Amino acid sequence: MLALLLFSAFVAVTLGITTWVSRDRHGSAEEFYVGGRLFSPMENGFAIAGDYMSAASFLGISGLIALYGYDGLLYSVGFLVAWLVVLFLVAELVRNCGRFTLADVVAARMRERPVRIAAGTSSVTVSVLYLVAQMVGAGSLVALLLGGTSGAARNWAVIGVGALMVIYVSLGGMRATTWIQIVKAVLLMGGTVALTALVLVRFHGDFDQLLRTAAERSGHGDDFLAPGLKYGGDWTARFDFISLGLALVLGTAGLPHILSRFYTVPTARAARRSVVWSIGLIGGFYLMTIVLGFGAAALVGSDAVRRSNPAGNTAVPLLALDLGGGSGSTGGTVLFAVVAAIAFATILAVVAGITLASSASVAHDLYASLRRRRAKPHSEVAVARAAAVGIGVVAIALGLLARDLNVAFLVGLAFAVAASANLPVLLYSLFWRGFTTRGAVWSVYGGLVPALVLVVLSPVVSGSPASLFPDLDFQYFPLENPGLVSIPLGFLAGWLGAVTSPEPPDEARHAETEVRALTGAGAV
Amino acid sequence: MPQEGYGPEPVATGAAGPVRLDDPWYDALASGWGELDGTGAPTPAAASPRRRPEDRTAAAEIYLEVQRSEAFREVRRRYRRFVVPAVAVFFTWYVVYVVTATSAPGLMARPVAGAVNVAMLSGLGQFLTTFLFTWAYARHARLRRDRAALELRWDTQELTRTVRGGER
Repeated sequence: MLALLLFSAFVAVTLGITTWVSRDRHGSAEEFYVGGRLFSPMENGFAIAGDYMSAASFLGISGLIALYGYDGLLYSVGFLVAWLVVLFLVAELVRNCGRFTLADVVAARMRERPVRIAAGTSSVTVSVLYLVAQMVGAGSLVALLLGGTSGAARNWAVIGVGALMVIYVSLGGMRATTWIQIVKAVLLMGGTVALTALVLVRFHGDFDQLLRTAAERSGHGDDFLAPGLKYGGDWTARFDFISLGLALVLGTAGLPHILSRFYTVPTARAARRSVVWSIGLIGGFYLMTIVLGFGAAALVGSDAVRRSNPAGNTAVPLLALDLGGGSGSTGGTVLFAVVAAIAFATILAVVAGITLASSASVAHDLYASLRRRRAKPHSEVAVARAAAVGIGVVAIALGLLARDLNVAFLVGLAFAVAASANLPVLLYSLFWRGFTTRGAVWSVYGGLVPALVLVVLSPVVSGSPASLFPDLDFQYFPLENPGLVSIPLGFLAGWLGAVTSPEPPDEARHAETEVRALTGAGAV
Repeated sequence: MPQEGYGPEPVATGAAGPVRLDDPWYDALASGWGELDGTGAPTPAAASPRRRPEDRTAAAEIYLEVQRSEAFREVRRRYRRFVVPAVAVFFTWYVVYVVTATSAPGLMARPVAGAVNVAMLSGLGQFLTTFLFTWAYARHARLRRDRAALELRWDTQELTRTVRGGER
């Protein structure tokens, strides 16, 4: 199989990078978590793009567009606009105030222990949800490549991806992870540009003609080009989509693996420039997925896509096969293999980034706060390496359990939890003078707990034929995505906690946070 | 150089504030921003990696002082004057877009030119405005904020370094 060969080449190259960059590592926390903070804005911009554009974007969004037309496009708009929140409110200030994790920013103003435990817990929760989504994606991708849905191949794919990511992270730390993400971003952009160019050449550069053909072959006519095919049903579906839209746009700024990327550059200015780079790359990428999605509908046809995979995840591989000359032709086989290998590389790079960020949360926030005072302290990096292995095992186990869940749903859920638990506490700490320790702790748990509880009570877990436990019925919440309720709750809980605190807000430490955030004084 | 970075009344505001006047560090500060040489501050033990409590209060005073300074308030004002309206505009525009797409598909389906309809135009419009906002923010920060922030950064670090007795 050519795809497996190409993928093995990618694995070999990345393992080579891992050993090469770790040849003279010093084992310091600075080195392990943030690669010595010496990446250039362009390198970091590519790495952020590589960290963010998951297989769910590459295969999932273009698949949704191929099946539902315009409604798939709504996803990519949310994923992109979210970066304005990151650029305006988060990137520079977080770079200036923190050292390794989200909790650093909050703990700078508050009593350290409770805040670190809260922020560390929510960061690890978000990361594990996101990891499981990627693992499930890896499993379905393999099932798809090997034809059939052989359970064993799927499980081995999940285990293999988990093992590789643990190796990358625990041996290479941030430096290896970053280079893997850069290589992956270049491959992904290259592959997408090539496919987009082929689609446009097929239609002689006529976008209008592409849309018309797509609408015609989708079987929906002009409805295909307007919203409503997927989310247009009853009001529950509409509110569900609004909820998802909110989670997407507010969740990105609370994703731990995205926040930790800002620490890998030397200054806030470099952090800003890397976000500008990544917005350019990510925006260009999502524009191209629109062409690929409508191209798949026009050239392959929505029905053929749906027959191959009901969720639409195979639209781009099928499109590649068609663009190369159809199945059986050399060109088709080669393009198909290239697309499959890129999708694998995408998953690997994303899981490595998330594993690293969550191991930093475990070691830097949770272990440092929870270990017994008397116990002999281990080196933080050693704990982080062990945590990477532990998280890898947990993610593999959950990935095997949850293998039938929809990937896009899991990603949406991770975003909703990030937006409910991480974003309120981050924004309050950076911008609100009257914020207190109690406010911080309440805001994290006040977002995290409702988000998780609402998911358990949602139709995803029980009460409908498609849910996790179709035989049980404890569904009390109608929406699949909890964001619409849990995000405001997170903000409300933080406000309530702060105004009811017995202790007054610490003016001096607020001054320190504000001055450091806006000027970079004292930044490491 | 540090002197120039600040507005008309850099220190006087703080001196009138709730600060103990017998604080030796404070006397040193009152003599001017650039002349701090640490003589007034207790020197920390060279080997101790942790800040001693009194240094911590002294450093905290510096941050409060900088926060009240005109130069810092100007940087903060410039940042907020751009970011607050920009966030309000793009967030409203995004929410309106999502709500319209889900609740008024008929409006979105209205054709504009050929196969391109209102929905397609507004979707691509979201991409375009995101790129424009990014460009405008980067430009604003580069031209209006970076230099002032950098000066404040060096001045503040100079002050905290002196207070900590040249710890770094």
